[in-house]
Amino acid sequence: MEITLDHVTKHYPGQREAAVEDVSIVLPAGRITVFVGPSGCGKTTTMKMINRLIEPTSGTITVGGADVLSMDPDRLRRGIGYAIQQAGLFPHLTVAQNIGMVPGLLGWDRARTADRTAEMLDLVGLDAEFADRFPRQLSGGQQQRVGVARALAADPPVLLMDEPFGAVDPITRGNLQDELLNLQSELGKTIVFVTHDFDEAVKLGDRIAVLGPRSKVLQFDTPEAILANPADDTVAGFVGAGASLKQLTLLRVRDVEIDRTGVVTAGVDDPVPELRGKLAESRTKFALVLDRRNRPVRWVHVRDLNAATSLAGAGKPVGDSVSVQSTLQDALEAILTEGGNAAVTGPRGEYLGTIGLGTVTDAIAALREEHSDDHSDNHADNHSDNHSDNHADDRTGPRADSEGVTP
Amino acid sequence: MDLWDFIVQRWDRLLPEAALHASAVIQCTIIAAVAGVALGVAVYRSPAGSALATALTSAILTVPSFALLGLLIPVLGLGVPPTVVALVLYALLPIVRNTIVGLSGVDSAITDAARGIGMNRLRVLTRVELRLAWPAILTGIRVSTQLLMGIAAIAAYAKGPGLGTEIFSGLARAGSANATNQALAGTLGIVVLALLVDGVFVLVGRLTVSRGIRD
Repeated sequence: MEITLDHVTKHYPGQREAAVEDVSIVLPAGRITVFVGPSGCGKTTTMKMINRLIEPTSGTITVGGADVLSMDPDRLRRGIGYAIQQAGLFPHLTVAQNIGMVPGLLGWDRARTADRTAEMLDLVGLDAEFADRFPRQLSGGQQQRVGVARALAADPPVLLMDEPFGAVDPITRGNLQDELLNLQSELGKTIVFVTHDFDEAVKLGDRIAVLGPRSKVLQFDTPEAILANPADDTVAGFVGAGASLKQLTLLRVRDVEIDRTGVVTAGVDDPVPELRGKLAESRTKFALVLDRRNRPVRWVHVRDLNAATSLAGAGKPVGDSVSVQSTLQDALEAILTEGGNAAVTGPRGEYLGTIGLGTVTDAIAALREEHSDDHSDNHADNHSDNHSDNHADDRTGPRADSEGVTP
Repeated sequence: MDLWDFIVQRWDRLLPEAALHASAVIQCTIIAAVAGVALGVAVYRSPAGSALATALTSAILTVPSFALLGLLIPVLGLGVPPTVVALVLYALLPIVRNTIVGLSGVDSAITDAARGIGMNRLRVLTRVELRLAWPAILTGIRVSTQLLMGIAAIAAYAKGPGLGTEIFSGLARAGSANATNQALAGTLGIVVLALLVDGVFVLVGRLTVSRGIRD
């Protein structure tokens, strides 16, 4: 369900400045849109106006084409999942009762609610035994999982998440983010996610809205576009140092051209003189030795061959290799470890080619180039901008399988 | 005659008086609990309202019980009416104050979540806020009950029911036979009743406070 905010303003009585001033933005259906901005910029206020926990002073908000301001607020909220920081679980109710709360409000019968509760626990990776525990008996990460399960229980098409992973340790947080991406690849909800952590925004967002004071939309685009080309100095400051490194987490080895022929390879049983001949022919000094199942095992320098009797023990073992699923950040790490090219392997570990530093720098340069011309139209009202929509489509591929994502 | 013999001899009279005493206290506490929680719910969102409600109910508690009863007799007559009014008024403060403290102590993130998933105000109050404030409210009610056990004895002055009758009558006959025993029997009876009722409160707490928020 597409969510639109049209000239939305929130002005608290007695305050000189509006908390949210004239925000217009269209959040695409079935995608994660992240509102990111400094504390107190009005991002939470903006989000809470979508389910009318805060009533806008003026402007129009629609969810799936329906004007929320003309709906009964409680009914509206039952149709929109809501997950917040520290989960906001009801401490006097069990995990199952917490998750079954919205289905209960919607009048589902007991059996259906119980089935759904069990399904939700499974979906967020909690054992059935957690059903009868109370929130205080759970760890922070488990509580957040229950919070997400509660938000999803009535299968709402729209999910609002207000820093849901803000209060857990970084490792748990990374896991919860990966799980959310996995869930999203199955469920395809329209998610509005509020955070002040730009790295989290880059990791989770199909689209990122960088918000400034009074919730002004400073830039609304794909993470790639924002990293490659921040709209202004404020956004650049918020993106922070290391934008290029962050971009590397958004690209995968399969997205770039790997070198399939530049490195000489030899089977582990091949005779040593044959490899020496191949190296002389190609005028290179290094060769990669593959085992019988075509997996890279050793790097051999032409010098090593003089003393070697078989390729099985010559040279040095391969230290680090990357798969086509790996991010370019992983690839860079492998390149630095190997001190040159890193071997790229396919799904079963078979050798496909190598990747070098030049490939990585070229990929970043290409991203920069691609986004250098979309400055004039990547401000607030670019929702009809097809160019950016294409990027969002591109991203569903790598997003769908997030197991290799590094935070 | 010693105290034990006196109690055994007067058992058939002391027992109904104790029952009346307990019944008066419990009924008045229930009335005060309903009124006090309602008052607390009405004012807890407003700091000024909360301060006013607490101040008013505290003021009542500072009026000596003897004086309050005496002042109520010309208006309400003797017997049950002035007793009930006085006891309910005295029971209000602990209940109102604990209701306000309990309700305002509920984490705003929890009420935000409750609103956010689609509970209306009444549901948030009855299914979340009051449930979470319940241990504090129950403590207030318990304190009120203990308070009323003692104050109810004074009700005998307004010809109210209960063990106060024994105490007043004993004290009035000070020096004569069994006068001390009579006053002591009434006093001890109240102490025993208070301990019994307190035990009942522990049980009620066990049964009505969710395991998720019990200490």
